[in-house]
Amino acid sequence: MASTIRVKAVVGGDKTTVQSLIRHPMDSGFVKDRSGKLIPAHHIEVLQFDHGGKTVFTALWGPAISKDPYVKFSFKGGKKGDDITVSWVDNKGEKDSLVAKIQ
Amino acid sequence: MTEFSHAPNTTRRTILKGAVAGGLVGMGFGSFPFPAFAAADVKQWPGDAFKAKSEADALKALYGKTAEASDKISLDAPEIAENGAVVPIAVTSSLPKVTGIAVLVLNNPNVLAAAYTIPEGTEAAVSNRLKMAKTSKVVAVVESNGKLYSASKDVKVTVGGCGG
Repeated sequence: MASTIRVKAVVGGDKTTVQSLIRHPMDSGFVKDRSGKLIPAHHIEVLQFDHGGKTVFTALWGPAISKDPYVKFSFKGGKKGDDITVSWVDNKGEKDSLVAKIQ
Repeated sequence: MTEFSHAPNTTRRTILKGAVAGGLVGMGFGSFPFPAFAAADVKQWPGDAFKAKSEADALKALYGKTAEASDKISLDAPEIAENGAVVPIAVTSSLPKVTGIAVLVLNNPNVLAAAYTIPEGTEAAVSNRLKMAKTSKVVAVVESNGKLYSASKDVKVTVGGCGG
C-alpha cells in the first residue's frame, strides 16, 4: 500500500524545514454529490510530527482545510539522517504514519 | 510453514506466534511501523472549538481567552482567491514564546480552520491551504507568553470552496 503521506525535511543552518503533503479527501460535510445527497464530513483531525522522541509540531485541523492538505513548518535541532515521524488520524478513525529521513 | 518442520517444537511455536503477532500489527496500521509515542491522538482534537460559529466563541473554546490586535504577526494571503477550494495562507510571527497558532475564516460555516501547537524549538511560522466558502476576513491568532494576539486580512473569493 502506498503511503498517503509525502514528507520532505531539509536542514538549512540550524533549522529543519518540513514540508508535507497528505492524500486525503477532506470532505467538509457541506458538499452534495451528483444525486443531491450530502457527502458526510471526512477530514483529518490531528497531524503530528515527531523527532527524537519529541513532538515538534501538531496540527489540529477542521474540515476547512483543502483537499490533499499541505503544511510547512520548521524546527531547530534536526540533523541530516535523523528520523522524522509523521502521523495523522481522521474523524472516521482512519490513520497513517510514515518515518522519513531528514535530508 | 513446512520450512519449520525440522526445528524443535518450542522454537517452531515461538516463530509462529511471532508471525501471527506481526501479521496483526501489519493489518492494523498498514505496512509501516507505528511507534506508540508517535501516534497522533484524536483526543487532542477540540471538537467544540471547531464547531464554533464566531471568532470569540472559537477562541474561547480553544484558548479560553480573547485576542488583541498585534502588528508582529504577518498573515500572508492572496487579496483575490480565484478558487476558494485552495487558498494558500501563511502565518509568521516575531512575538516571543509562541505556543500556538490558529487560523480562522470568519464567513465559513465554522470559523476555525486550523490550530497548530508550537513546542519550544519550533518556529512561529506555518503555511497551509484553506477552503473558503465566500469572500471573508481571515484571522491569524498567535498565542504568545500566555496571551492571544491577532492579525486579519480580507480575502476576496470569486468561486466558493464549498461546492453547490
